[in-house]
Amino acid sequence: MSATVEPTCDLTKLDPILARYPAERRSLVMVLQDAQKTYQYLPRPVLERIAEALKVPRSHVYHLATFYKAFSLEPRGRHICTVCLGTACHVRGALRLVEHVERRAGIKAGATTPDLELTLETVNCVGACALGPVVIVDGEYVGSATTTKLDKALKGIVKGAVEEQQA
Amino acid sequence: MTRRITDAAHLERLRAELQAARDPARSAIAVCAGTGCVAYGSRKLAAAFRDAVTARRVDVEVRATGCHGFCERGPLVVVFPSRIFYQRVQPADVEEILDRTVAKGEVIDRLLYADPTTGRKYVHEDEVPFYAHQHRLILGFNGKIDPESLDDYVANGGYRALARTLTSMLPEQVIEAVTKAGLRGRGGAGFPTGRKWALCRQALGNPKYVVCNADEGDPGAFMDRSVLEGNPHGVIEGMILGAYAIGAHEGYVYVRNEYPLAVERLSLAVEAARARGLLGNNILGRDFSFDIQITRGAGAFVCGEETALIGSVEGNRGQPRFRPPYPAQSGLWGKPTVINNVETWVNVPLILDRGPDWYAGIGTAGSKGTKIFSLVGKVNNTGLVEVPMGATLRHIVFEIGGGIRDGRAFKAVQTGGPSGGCLPAEKLDLQIDFESLTAAGSMMGSGGMIVMDDRTCMVDVARYFIDFLLEESCGKCVPCREGLTQMSHLLHAITEGRATDETLASLEALAPVVQDASLCALGQTAPNPVLSTIKYFRDEYLAHIRDRRCPAAVCKSLITYTINDKCTGCMVCARQCPEHAITGERKKLHVIDPAKCTRCGICHSVCKFDAVDVR
Repeated sequence: MSATVEPTCDLTKLDPILARYPAERRSLVMVLQDAQKTYQYLPRPVLERIAEALKVPRSHVYHLATFYKAFSLEPRGRHICTVCLGTACHVRGALRLVEHVERRAGIKAGATTPDLELTLETVNCVGACALGPVVIVDGEYVGSATTTKLDKALKGIVKGAVEEQQA
Repeated sequence: MTRRITDAAHLERLRAELQAARDPARSAIAVCAGTGCVAYGSRKLAAAFRDAVTARRVDVEVRATGCHGFCERGPLVVVFPSRIFYQRVQPADVEEILDRTVAKGEVIDRLLYADPTTGRKYVHEDEVPFYAHQHRLILGFNGKIDPESLDDYVANGGYRALARTLTSMLPEQVIEAVTKAGLRGRGGAGFPTGRKWALCRQALGNPKYVVCNADEGDPGAFMDRSVLEGNPHGVIEGMILGAYAIGAHEGYVYVRNEYPLAVERLSLAVEAARARGLLGNNILGRDFSFDIQITRGAGAFVCGEETALIGSVEGNRGQPRFRPPYPAQSGLWGKPTVINNVETWVNVPLILDRGPDWYAGIGTAGSKGTKIFSLVGKVNNTGLVEVPMGATLRHIVFEIGGGIRDGRAFKAVQTGGPSGGCLPAEKLDLQIDFESLTAAGSMMGSGGMIVMDDRTCMVDVARYFIDFLLEESCGKCVPCREGLTQMSHLLHAITEGRATDETLASLEALAPVVQDASLCALGQTAPNPVLSTIKYFRDEYLAHIRDRRCPAAVCKSLITYTINDKCTGCMVCARQCPEHAITGERKKLHVIDPAKCTRCGICHSVCKFDAVDVR
């Protein structure tokens, strides 16, 4: 199971998450976070199950899931490319990097490629300002990023993903 | 070793044992494990040191420490006892460091830090200008202790303030000491911490709560992250002291989920403190109980605002509400709550350990102690800088920061994050504290300091912050939601060459309305970056508006790329141009077709001969 899970997702994976926190409203943000990590996004059945378990209205769960940036109601890609747009990165030309990835992947920031391989995200600051501009590709930080460095980081991913599919 | 510490005397015995067991002459290698150095590969480096030490069967301690602050030069390594300081260390250097520096005390010249302007090399960390001009009361702990070891914190004096306070001070006396020290909130507004605590202690309602605001959302600021990663027990000790002072038994740390390492270290520290009886029931055998829970944020800038943060902890949307009542009177679940920022909390044990008079002796008349700034942007030495309140901008940018990169000209420094403003060269001698920054049209904020050179467009910076805040506005109040939308339209018109003088006038008319009428600090301070750049860089706005020109060559709609005669005809740019806008034969001057050019800047960044001009 990966990012491509469609609404028929395995709800049993939620049980250990729900067991970790008290079944109260105040656990909601953390439960949603752990669920997002497990499923890569928040499919509708997951939101419904969480509402039921924490005894909060579905509308409230949706209310939070659409407010906080960390949550996605759409499936996300197998690989995540996050470009930091914090001020330090901005003055060192981070926007150019976003545009570069947008061009290469054929998607806009915030979107996922139709084959669900790559999600391109921007973030306001990851606090690694000395390395700016910073891009995070699948958890690995690319510091003092340039279009050339990014191509290298993304090439590996696309190629690796192709190999995985063939295997 | 996870035995409960039963009382203050037990803690002191433990500390004495730990210190006695430490041989100051023992060889040790401290590898910085802050996020910056980790991104540069310091985890692999520490593992390589450990493997090599094990393979050689030598008695060398390999210690992963918190952030040393000089992120620019990572991964950083300090070799003890000689304190030789190496930068940009790679796993390939490990054997040589063990052979030469650890075994023979030799200095490896190539790994030393060299001043980019003078070329002078420095052997010890404290001689490097970046560190030599700092006053590292807080950050000093980061390079010294292993953040994953409670014992290490104790051996360095940790929890001494707590033991002394619980055994010899009344809660009111703690508040008095913090008030006398003159500590002010480091989260941005600078509210006197002692007064906030006193209000909360006096407030009716039970239980009471303490909260640590670690939702460090200001882009360009990362001191809270560094403190949490490097000295989590310092923050915990501060919170226990605060809880004792106001009479709380439960505390929350609200930390950004974008800081995974900080969450991890803090969680470890809380568990360790609990296992040793420093959190939980009857701390150090006294009639005082307190515990901490960690709540992770979910990526909403506005949650740094205290009432929004409270909403988020309660499991609601992070939307601010009107104050008063202040959280000290009615906070979490409607109960009296003290909310302080990470840096504020970590100052508290220092004040109680060394005394309020000592603390009040540092800083200016109205702002006491030190402040950590994150010095970033177009400066040579980027990283975390801790200086006494009252240091000048010039001191920070030029003496500690080593001046502007690539020998360019200083243009401005932006302080205070999206709520702050840009200060020009004539303000370089400003002594910075809470009041002086506000008077100059900026603010302290959480301490981000972004240096800008002549290639930074001030209108673009203002547009950047307004767009940032527009996206982060929670949408609850109209002046912020709609006001920022209009300000964004106006700024885009200017940067895209569609503006008239009237655009600027509208911007100046709208800004005060947003300031006056918004519900929370996000909206109230949002116009600051616009107003301060108009105030100090009006010419740049006028160049965009009247001449359709961006003097810093940043705003895409107003610039052109051309190729000059330095071009060698290497064809690299032509091959990389995504629009196929560059033509020319091998070894002949290339030409950019302005009609096809989308000004993506790739040709400029790939050219090795400085042959692409931007105007």
